[in-house]
Amino acid sequence: MNGVLAPVIEPGFFSSSPVHVALLVGGVVAVVSGIVGMFTVVRGQSYAGHALADLSVTGGSGSVLIGISPLWGFAGTSVAAAGIMDLIGVQRPRGRDLATGIVRGAGLGLAALLLYWDTTHTSTTGATITILFGSMFTIDPAVIGVVVAFSVAAVGIVAALYRPLLLSSVSSDLAIVRGVRPRLAGALCLVAIALATSLSALTIGAILSTALLVGPAAAALRLTARPGLVAAWSALIGLVATWLGILLAYDSYYWPPRGHGWPVSFFVVFLILIFYLLAQARRGRDARPAAAGAEA
Amino acid sequence: MMTDHRAQALSPDEMLVVDGVTVRLGGREILHDVRFSIRPGEFVGLIGSNGAGKTTLLRAILGLLPAAAGQVRVAAAGIGYVPQKIQLDPDVPLRARDLVGLGLDGHRLGIPLPSRSRRKRVDEMLQAVDAGHLAGARVGELSGGEQQRILIAHALISRPGLLLLDEPLANLDIASEQEVVALLARIAREQNISVLISAHDMNPLLPVMDRIVYLAKGRAASGPTDEVVRTEVLSKLYGQHVDVIHVHGRVLVVAARDGGLGLPEEPAVPAAR
Repeated sequence: MNGVLAPVIEPGFFSSSPVHVALLVGGVVAVVSGIVGMFTVVRGQSYAGHALADLSVTGGSGSVLIGISPLWGFAGTSVAAAGIMDLIGVQRPRGRDLATGIVRGAGLGLAALLLYWDTTHTSTTGATITILFGSMFTIDPAVIGVVVAFSVAAVGIVAALYRPLLLSSVSSDLAIVRGVRPRLAGALCLVAIALATSLSALTIGAILSTALLVGPAAAALRLTARPGLVAAWSALIGLVATWLGILLAYDSYYWPPRGHGWPVSFFVVFLILIFYLLAQARRGRDARPAAAGAEA
Repeated sequence: MMTDHRAQALSPDEMLVVDGVTVRLGGREILHDVRFSIRPGEFVGLIGSNGAGKTTLLRAILGLLPAAAGQVRVAAAGIGYVPQKIQLDPDVPLRARDLVGLGLDGHRLGIPLPSRSRRKRVDEMLQAVDAGHLAGARVGELSGGEQQRILIAHALISRPGLLLLDEPLANLDIASEQEVVALLARIAREQNISVLISAHDMNPLLPVMDRIVYLAKGRAASGPTDEVVRTEVLSKLYGQHVDVIHVHGRVLVVAARDGGLGLPEEPAVPAAR
């Protein structure tokens, strides 16, 4: 017996180096995604976030071909795509969906080609799975510095533009009258979303990365109306889901089928869904007496 | 403030001068040679039917639209703006006090530090619009009239000299309509703020309006209400005979024959609104 936590935390969890890297990188990325995610949801740019995530697949699969960390490719393509989407009218809601759809389709087509080459022309086994669904326990520690730099940039942008972004999400006219340039603020916010998306693509995979971006923020919005607290709750929910997911994935090595751990990304995304449903239930319970009062 | 370059050469008894403003949008002339001025503390109604160019005029005054000809001059005290009905998602994480605070420093970079003086100013502003009890409520969950009052507080907290409101009475029930009008009149008087308020129906504003700017077909007539709202003046503006009828203390503008005038909507039964 290794103490009371033995049934929960399998032996070796805290002494394994890949676990350390996963907890560190996963934790940082969850906090960044949670904070940037609040602005993604509030500004109604979840769909743009999805498109950026899909497009990061293109860069990630290209990176594997030339033998660099997929993080560079994730970030490179999603930031570039954010720029293109902004240029072709991401600011207006209708132009936005169209622009996003066109860029997304073209990027995924290219990704199909690059992923095919990854599997046929390189010796990297499992590259497709790693890029699409993440692989928290195989993150190269050398990438930690870049993760921190991208994190600082993404959080720095939304922290600096905290008030202008909130005001322009109410009305861009109000923002202009107040001296804000909503177009510029929106473009910079999209860059922050692109960086956050590529960071979570590294940890839980490009396909799932928006779950970490949008899920915790959506749950947090149901817990409080105070903008600063929403960001804090969102970061906390993402962090708990990630760390708990890493722990469960580590434990799952001893679950059926024995000898093959379950993917971390599955646990993280599933936990986020549970947190979201709990928050939704809590909001529903709180809202009902008020609604009944209004009818009376 | 983006109207700075036009804040020139106003005499002290002028808050706003609209000097021969013409606005074209997509090749169509929306406003033609509109001219009027507003004095400090004056309450002015901008009246016209839907499509007469009220919103375009307000946006041109704010500098949100360029004028093809003419000039807008605004006093240095600046403009507060309450836009037409804003669709606020109930999920937007802003309490009434947050939105009012953004009227003070929404353009600033960085995260606001808690400040006792800022909080006090927001509280006072909320109380000035009778919304002190709404401070902690989500703006997206407030009623139309409540949101209107919060937006007025947002526009006023930076202490502008002129308040522009675009159809603030649209979509309000009659009780909230009267509340908002009384509130605006009180604020204009107490704080010596000029108010320019657009509406398609002049009647709710008649008791408080110092002057009127009547817009029809992109042209404006302005002056004291009883000098402008007359059969001769409005017929000339519409380029067609209209009758101004006073009935039960209400003013109705009626076309001599139906169709094509774009007259202000005058529902027969007020309660039907």
